[in-house]
Order: sequence, then structure tokens, then C-alpha cells
Amino acid sequence: MEFIRAHKLFSIYTALVILIVLIAIFAPYLAPQDPYDGNMRNVLQPPSSEHLLGTDKLGRDTFSRIICGTQVSLAMTICLVLLLAIVGTIVGVLSGYFGGKIEIVLMRLADMMLSFPGVVLAIAIAGILGGSIVNTILALLIVGWAKYARLVRSLVIKLRNNDFIIAAQVNGTKTINILTRHILPNILPMIVITGAMDIGTMIMEIAGLSFLGFGAQPPTPEWGLMLNEGRQYIQTSPWLMVYPGAAIFIVVAIFNLWGDSLRDVLDPRQ
Amino acid sequence: MLNRFIQMLVTLIGVSFMTFCLTYLAPGDPAAMLLESADTIVSEEVLEQTRHELGLDQPFLVQYGNWVGGLLHGDMGMSYSAKKPVLDKLSEGFVGTLLLAIVTVIFVLIISLPLGILSAVRQNEYPDYIVRFFSFVGVSMPSFWLGLILLYIFGLKLGWFPIATSKVTANSIILPAITLAIYQSTKYVRQVRTVILDELHQDYVIGARARGLSEQAILWKHVLPNAVLPLITLLGMSIGWLLGGVAVIEIVFSYPGIGNMAVRAIMMRDYPLIEGFVLWIAIAYMGINFLVDLSYNYLDPKLRKGARS
Repeated sequence: MEFIRAHKLFSIYTALVILIVLIAIFAPYLAPQDPYDGNMRNVLQPPSSEHLLGTDKLGRDTFSRIICGTQVSLAMTICLVLLLAIVGTIVGVLSGYFGGKIEIVLMRLADMMLSFPGVVLAIAIAGILGGSIVNTILALLIVGWAKYARLVRSLVIKLRNNDFIIAAQVNGTKTINILTRHILPNILPMIVITGAMDIGTMIMEIAGLSFLGFGAQPPTPEWGLMLNEGRQYIQTSPWLMVYPGAAIFIVVAIFNLWGDSLRDVLDPRQ
Repeated sequence: MLNRFIQMLVTLIGVSFMTFCLTYLAPGDPAAMLLESADTIVSEEVLEQTRHELGLDQPFLVQYGNWVGGLLHGDMGMSYSAKKPVLDKLSEGFVGTLLLAIVTVIFVLIISLPLGILSAVRQNEYPDYIVRFFSFVGVSMPSFWLGLILLYIFGLKLGWFPIATSKVTANSIILPAITLAIYQSTKYVRQVRTVILDELHQDYVIGARARGLSEQAILWKHVLPNAVLPLITLLGMSIGWLLGGVAVIEIVFSYPGIGNMAVRAIMMRDYPLIEGFVLWIAIAYMGINFLVDLSYNYLDPKLRKGARS
């Protein structure tokens, strides 16, 4: 209670985030109709009481597809951000704590990735590998890890020469224990903040790749893909492009707000 | 300087090698893709021969070596799908992208400089709140959705702009440029605001106020000239990003730029074209960053002196 009173905004945003996560988890039960089940007699219907947000070219209910799209988008994004954080942490700790040749090679590689517009490479990778959910995550992982690795490395280098680490080394603590018990707990808050603030961007990039046709494939109810399919009916059925986009917009906005306020709560420097 | 060039060269080699690996490992046989698009049944012999002509039957490193060797002669290979040299295809698309980038940057400046300055000068007052609110809203809005909505309103409902173009005209450039400008401005406004605020809190501003200079004179004669440098860096980065061809927006408006071309090349598995495209982006992006650094040396007297001593 004390915490909620002290961080009102953060609590509100967290509640909204939890709501989105609940929608994602229970999407199949919340959706009024089957998102895959088309009805050719009901094609391209405008929004009505039966179909809240209309139907698409196969007569599928747009509202149900958007609800189920929450599950697809969120699952992909959470996988991606977790992988980014894990890969970035491993690379960053390896190069920051041990240094030497590993550091030079890994950081050169990271610099290479950072000196190049990532989205372009992600499009090329996802496109060449062939559009699928796994390849989208892989492509964004390949172009995104460098930022996390750089961050973790700089944090580890700052920590490495602290007295408590040196004391642990002198006492003969195993390296693996120093890393997991002393280094990791100290850098974790910054990794969590960075990851949380990236969720919104990643939702958008995943949707962007799907929009180009290099992400989720039909008939998956994915927001970017739905926008791509709806684009062809912009003249006759504008609801097909308005609502999936609005869903991306709302969810991204909530996660951005939440990420910002999480930083304010966790980051002692603020 | 030399160090910088080596770093750029390493990046170029690394990025091109990576794309080459990808196209090599990718599923699908380009020889078959190339011939099947002609709507005929192809015999294994013809396939073999095409593979040989394209050099696809050689080991991976030899293929990469051949490609780099060609590059040094200004030859980026032939595009499978267009049956034209890759360089020609790239320069075709580049004209559209360059024009789009120039118009977009002009719009970005028109939108974000006044708003950013206003927001900084009236910090924590209503104008600031409004600007910050819109910039927040904009950051969360997917650019391709914004593009579709603008296309629906101004292209379809009002009929002011064409909804699909294959040529670059004044009319076809405006909507994609506005979409990109809004998308970029949401970030740029904040950065302008931060830069100006930083300057406003410097000691020389307090000194100028103490001497009785008007706020207007301080802003225009002292703060803005000092804010130019960081703003150029930011603008340079956004130009680099725009020259990369903003594939998503070009697709939304069917705009004939380099990003649109790249997406089609990927769909057709036109590997030489994809490799040429990625290399082009790397060169454009790093080239712009390099120019920005050079302009620093030119614009910042401190650096000029440092270079001499």
C-alpha cells in the first residue's frame, strides 16, 4: 500500500500492463469468435453488433483476431527481449570481466552491428531466412544484442575493481560464484530497465516485419500481418487497417509509459 | 582519421560477409527461381548450366572472393530478377530515396525546430506539456499505420494525393515525406528541447541576463548558435537512416525507392541485388556519419585549434 501511494503513476501503468498480459493469456476465452474460422457468406462486413470491429476478406471476426493477436505479439516480444537480455549479458560479462582477446573480438563485432542501421539488416535476415515467427525473433536478436552487450560490459568494468569483488577474489571464491552472486545482482536492475523500455519498440519492429510479409505468416492473427492484409481493402473496408493499428498503438503506448516509470522507480540516479 | 577508415572498412567487409553467408545458407535455389519465373518447365541440365553461369556451383569462399573482386572493378553483379546490373538498379531506386530524404529533412526541421525551442523556452508550462504529449503519442505510433491513415484521409477521402505511384513526382513525394517527418519529429523535438535546455542552463546565459540582454537576444544570438553542433549530429543520423530507404513507408505508398526495391528483391530471392543493397546502406550510413564528423571539425573552433597543436 505504501509503495502504491509513493508511486501512483507506476502503479496505474503496472495495472494496465497486467491487464494486457491477462488479455494475452486468456485470449482464446475472451475472443467472442474463433479467429481462424472464416465464413464466406460474411466477408468484409462493416462493424456491427454481431462483429464489433467488422470482418476481413475471409469473413473472420476482426475483434477476435485482434484479441488473439495480443497473445502472438506479446509472446514474441517477451521471448525476444528475454533473449536479448540473456545474450547481451553473457557477451557483456565475458568481455567486461575477463577482457583480453575475447573482449576485442566481441566488442569489434558489437561496434560493427551498432554502426549499421539495424532495421535494414533485420529485414534482410528475416526475408532471406523466410518469413516465420522464429526467424523474426532471430533477425531482431542478431541486430539487437550489441546494445545490451555494450551496456553490460561497461557496468561490469565499473564493478570489477570494487573492493568487495577484489575481496571475494582474494578469498578464493570461484569465478562462477563471483559472477552470479556479486556481479549479476548488481547489474540486473539496469538490464531490467533497458529491457522494459525496449518492449514497446520491439512490439513495433515485430509488427513492422510482419507488415512487410517477413514475419508471422497467414493465417496467424498478428497485428502487422492484419494491417498488411487490410491495406488491400483500404478503399472498401477501412476498419481492417484502423483497428489492428490502434491495438499496436495502445499497447506500445502503455508499455512505453510503464518502461519510463519503471526506470524512475528503480534507477537510484533519478 | 586512418583508424576511422580501417574501422569502416572492417564493418563493410563484416556486413557484406554476413549477408553473403545468409544468402548462401538460405533455402531455395536462385537458378530455379530465375528460370521458373519465365513460366516454363526447366530440365535439370538447364538448371545446372545456369548455376554454372551464375557461379553458384563454386565453393562459398570462391563465390565471395569473386564478388569482392567484382566490387573493386565497380561491378556488383547482375540482378536475377531484372536482368540488369545491380548498380543500375540501385541507382534507379536511389534517386527516389534521395529526393524523399531531402524533402523529409526539410519537413522535420520545419516541424521540430520551432516546437523544440518553444518547449524548452516555456519549460513546464502549457506549450511544453502539449508538445511533450504529442511527441509521446507519436513515439508510440507505428509509422506504417500513420502512413495508412494519412493515405486514407488525404489520398482516398479528400483526393489530394495519388494513392499509388510508380513515378517520383512532387505530388507523390509529399505524403510519404510527411509521414516520415512526423515519425522522426516526435524524437527530434525532444532532442532539440534537451539540447536547448542544456544551453539555457549554462553560465554564459546567466551572465548575459546579468548584463541586461533581452531573453530574445540571448536565445537567438547566444543559445542557438551554440546548439547547432549537437543538432547537426542528430540530423546527420536521421539522414543516414532515411537514405537506408525506409522500406515500410515506401511500401505503404508504393513509392519507387531503394527500400521498396529491396523488399521486392528479397521476395524474389534476387541475391546479388540484396547484397548490393546491404552494402549500399552500410556505405551511405557510415559516409553520412563521417561527413558529420568532418563538419564538426569545420564548425567547432575548439576542434580546429586542437587539430593544429
